Amino acid sequence: MRRAAIVAQVRAETILQLRRGENLVVTLAIPLGILIFFANVDAIKTDYAHPVDFLVPGVLALSVMASAMVSLGIATGFERRYGVLKRLGSTPLSRSGLLAAKTVTVIAFEIVQVVLVVLVGIVIGWHVPTGIVAAVGLLLLGTVAFAGVGLLMAGTLRAEANLAAANALFLMLLFLGGMAYPLSKLPNVIQNLAGALPAAALSETVRAVLAGRAFPVGELMVLLAWAILAPLAAAHWFRWEE
Amino acid sequence: MPPAAAATAISVVGLEKHYGSTRAVDCLTFDVVCGEVFGLLGPNGAGKTTTVEILEGYRQVDSGTIRVLGLDPWRDAARLRPRIGVMLQEGGLYPGLRPLELLRLFASYYDDPEDPTQLLDTVGLSDATRTTVRRLSGGQRQRLSLATALIGKPSVVFLDEPTAGMDPRARATTWRLVRDLAQRGVTVLLTTHATDEAEQLCDRVAIVSGGRIVALGSPAELTRRGPTEEIRIVTASGVSVRALATALGVNESDVRELRCGEYVASTVSTPSRIADLATFLREHDVTLVALEAGHSSLEEVYFRLTAEDAK
Repeated sequence: MRRAAIVAQVRAETILQLRRGENLVVTLAIPLGILIFFANVDAIKTDYAHPVDFLVPGVLALSVMASAMVSLGIATGFERRYGVLKRLGSTPLSRSGLLAAKTVTVIAFEIVQVVLVVLVGIVIGWHVPTGIVAAVGLLLLGTVAFAGVGLLMAGTLRAEANLAAANALFLMLLFLGGMAYPLSKLPNVIQNLAGALPAAALSETVRAVLAGRAFPVGELMVLLAWAILAPLAAAHWFRWEE
Repeated sequence: MPPAAAATAISVVGLEKHYGSTRAVDCLTFDVVCGEVFGLLGPNGAGKTTTVEILEGYRQVDSGTIRVLGLDPWRDAARLRPRIGVMLQEGGLYPGLRPLELLRLFASYYDDPEDPTQLLDTVGLSDATRTTVRRLSGGQRQRLSLATALIGKPSVVFLDEPTAGMDPRARATTWRLVRDLAQRGVTVLLTTHATDEAEQLCDRVAIVSGGRIVALGSPAELTRRGPTEEIRIVTASGVSVRALATALGVNESDVRELRCGEYVASTVSTPSRIADLATFLREHDVTLVALEAGHSSLEEVYFRLTAEDAK
């Protein structure tokens, strides 16, 4: 595979991502908005002395979900609808080349998101803890899991259905993912359901390592399972033409 | 151009493709010579796109042997892709990119691409550089799609209905581009349901109907195969086929109505018959738009051979 092709592909994917206004709302405005709003408004009861200690890990997880699942999934669904994926299939750009370019683009955008969330967090009183390397590893694992979910939907649903599903899932997981609202405050039944989903698994593990608490092995197993199964399912069921 | 005289660019032998119980392509056999412009002409659903997409490596054959530049499009896809150019029937362009951005992206996939700016000018889109694909007209998108097929300097180009939705000027530009390609030795396989396009552009044409080739040859050969003599009459308003046949002194079955106001009579155009026609037109106060005598047109051959599909 030509390196120049992957570089050009990353460039094009980045341009496309920046031109989609609604994408910037989901990936930047909503996570940062939630962080700033809930840090200043005493709307949620957390077990933390400072809400920002609860919010920053949750918003980091939310950012990853927005980029890897919503943004990547919706864009890929429409590329499939418009025959772009089909057309690329008869160029020398291989599938692995395209996947590599999309991976680099998503991670590059996530770096921007993480930097912004951390900076805003510091401004509103968050103290950068020690577990940051482990947190980065968990966010990458979350990226793999959410990208798998996003691509599974993008490659199987019609573009409009995929758009609706990705946004609905985003909203649902925002509340059931322990991101902006503590999982422990939810009814037991919902807690159990939420515990099996990748959102809570990611936010809880990131929160634990950043708080220096005991590592939640159960949540890590859930996240790991999603990171393995979702991409496998996407690879198996993904259809390149709608 | 006889197939034996030059190297074969595309070879199709006994190609079959089913979708469920539907037979999309049924025992198709043809060769395309290097540097030839070869057309698959047929109605919608005749199996043209299926055939082209198999040659492009998108689908596997059910049976038959196909080679493009000596390679199996499915098995040797990675080696073939750098050497072919593809224009899909629709879509295939990022709606959010501008034409030049898109061509630069596609240029990066190839080792020795055309200059994107120059190619954009060649297809007549140099004035649309600030517009995203989403806002281009249908004809402009078609030309950009054609440019993506040519950017990699391919040896074989597949064009699936290249001029669909184009205005006459864009159509002429596209025809000129295709002729230029052939002149440079590039092989072109195109599909169309426009008989004038096949007649003007193609060295050889395969008329496809119901997944089979029903006629194959140069446009001149195909039109010579029809009834030796016929008269084509175009009138400003429709006339009764029976009355026209009576006026010409032929059986009603020898006059076919191609469309309202266009008729073909399979008979010799003797001077007295033409005089009878003139009398008939005067009596019915019908204006003559065109009158042609001699061999049948490719359109007439096409209508006759694909009649089964239309039913």
